[in-house]
Amino acid sequence: MVVDVVLKPEISDPQGQAVLGALGRLGHTQVTGVRQGKHFVLDVEGTVDEADLRQIAETLLANPVIEDVELHLPTD
Amino acid sequence: MRIGVITFPGSLDDVDAARAVRLAGGEPVTLWHASHDLADVDAVVLPGGFSYGDYLRAGAIAARAPLMREVVDRARQGMPVLGICNGFQVLCEAGLLPGALTRNSHLHFRNRDQRLRIERADTAWTSAYAEGQEIVVPVKNGEGRYVASPAELERLEGEGRVAVRYVGGNPNGSLRDVAGVTSEDGRVVGLMPHPEHAVEDLTGPSTDGLGFFTSVLKAVVAA
Repeated sequence: MVVDVVLKPEISDPQGQAVLGALGRLGHTQVTGVRQGKHFVLDVEGTVDEADLRQIAETLLANPVIEDVELHLPTD
Repeated sequence: MRIGVITFPGSLDDVDAARAVRLAGGEPVTLWHASHDLADVDAVVLPGGFSYGDYLRAGAIAARAPLMREVVDRARQGMPVLGICNGFQVLCEAGLLPGALTRNSHLHFRNRDQRLRIERADTAWTSAYAEGQEIVVPVKNGEGRYVASPAELERLEGEGRVAVRYVGGNPNGSLRDVAGVTSEDGRVVGLMPHPEHAVEDLTGPSTDGLGFFTSVLKAVVAA
């Protein structure tokens, strides 16, 4: 299972802006914005439902004050 | 007066914090993060450093340490808690203080002597100062930019929850120049600058930081 964590849109992301600046210097001027986040891959035994995963994500993996989470459960 | 100082793996300023407690006239009590026992302390200081290497987010894993459960419970009953730098990050992550600390806007680690204004002189940790008093203590952080949503910031300003503010330059891009905030009851205070590094002429830019540690001794007696 995968959890992606990104800063909320209203929180400025100076790391993403630094990456954007470097891309511009490399000539990739078509890139107009970069937001940097975190990608967690969780191995689990048995089943974990969406509610469990959301709790894991929102109590530890992300800080809901500044970050949003995207949950990716296995589709099978 | 027993003032606990919690050491987490990666804490750096626990010894200086304990020294500041002693110079202020308190009895420092060394506490270990993995314990469940607060050892009958009257107040707690969470020191600066890089607990757990700042993995995940600064302060995030330390905030879930066994002893922090006791700290949160006792703080909710009024025990004074001071979080300095990484300790401030831990208090925000633990939900004892509002907002969050994020990467400095300029992406550089900033280490300098910093002028601050005491906005609230009626908390457990700032009563030795006068409201509006300016002090100089070191600041040193890479993830010290205080953020909260615009609505939350309005609420905090309205409630007078900004305890300390940067003046003469904002070292990290903190919104509204917030250097430190307090809990609603004024017992829990967190700030990014380091009062424990400004308690002796030999080692600090001033002795202005000592007031945080003398304040709490009075707060505990009064409680």
